[in-house]
Amino acid sequence: MAEQSPRFKVVSEGDVSVVEMLQKRIVEEGTISEISGQLYELAAQAGKPRMVVDFANVTHMSSSALGMLITLHKRVRERGGRLALCNIRPSIFEVFVITRLNEVFKVCAGRDEAVHEAASA
Amino acid sequence: MRQKKIIPTDMQAARQLAEDLLQEVEAKGYSESMQFAIRLALEEALSNAIKHGNRYDPDKSITVEAEIKDDHTAITVADEGEGFDPAAVPDPTADENLEKPSGRGIMLMRAYMDTVQFSKRGNQVSLVKNRC
Repeated sequence: MAEQSPRFKVVSEGDVSVVEMLQKRIVEEGTISEISGQLYELAAQAGKPRMVVDFANVTHMSSSALGMLITLHKRVRERGGRLALCNIRPSIFEVFVITRLNEVFKVCAGRDEAVHEAASA
Repeated sequence: MRQKKIIPTDMQAARQLAEDLLQEVEAKGYSESMQFAIRLALEEALSNAIKHGNRYDPDKSITVEAEIKDDHTAITVADEGEGFDPAAVPDPTADENLEKPSGRGIMLMRAYMDTVQFSKRGNQVSLVKNRC
């Protein structure tokens, strides 16, 4: 089953919901607000959310987008689930390193590894 | 040549302005990593001006001055807000702040630009990136 959104696409891989970001730039408040609302809802729907966010298409992210991921991470953990991130290009991963968020999130190189990680919840 | 633009407190206007300036940066032949850095810092500065400075007040405006030269890019973003003390912003990389959802914009500007200076009142930030 796959859900469609102009900003992202959700694909189920076993018990794991893989969110493929379709937006190249996750920068503006309106975009972030829209994406965050839908992602928080997705996390709330699952008893124990197992989620992967795939950033293969993303070229730019703002500090507000990082904030959205932090809140999503908290909500997933509060429900006993697990969140993993994957396919983050080096320029954006550097932002994670500068902010030390690479220590907060499970960041995987590829999707298979991320799905395996999220499924381990 | 130094250019000055005044835009309304509006994300769309800010995006357009950022795109226009980044096109000039690209046309000057700056590397992709330098373009990434300037874009990130400029977008954070504009976002701060809209959200924290003018607090989305449509009656207030944002003044942007930019000088895009072969050897450096200098951009100043000023809002009409009350200003703030950047020294009072907690370090977002401190263990106790790592999972706070906000407070990383200024740090990222500092990480990606060579110079980041706030006016005394704190409602204006000047960003400089030297070409290397």
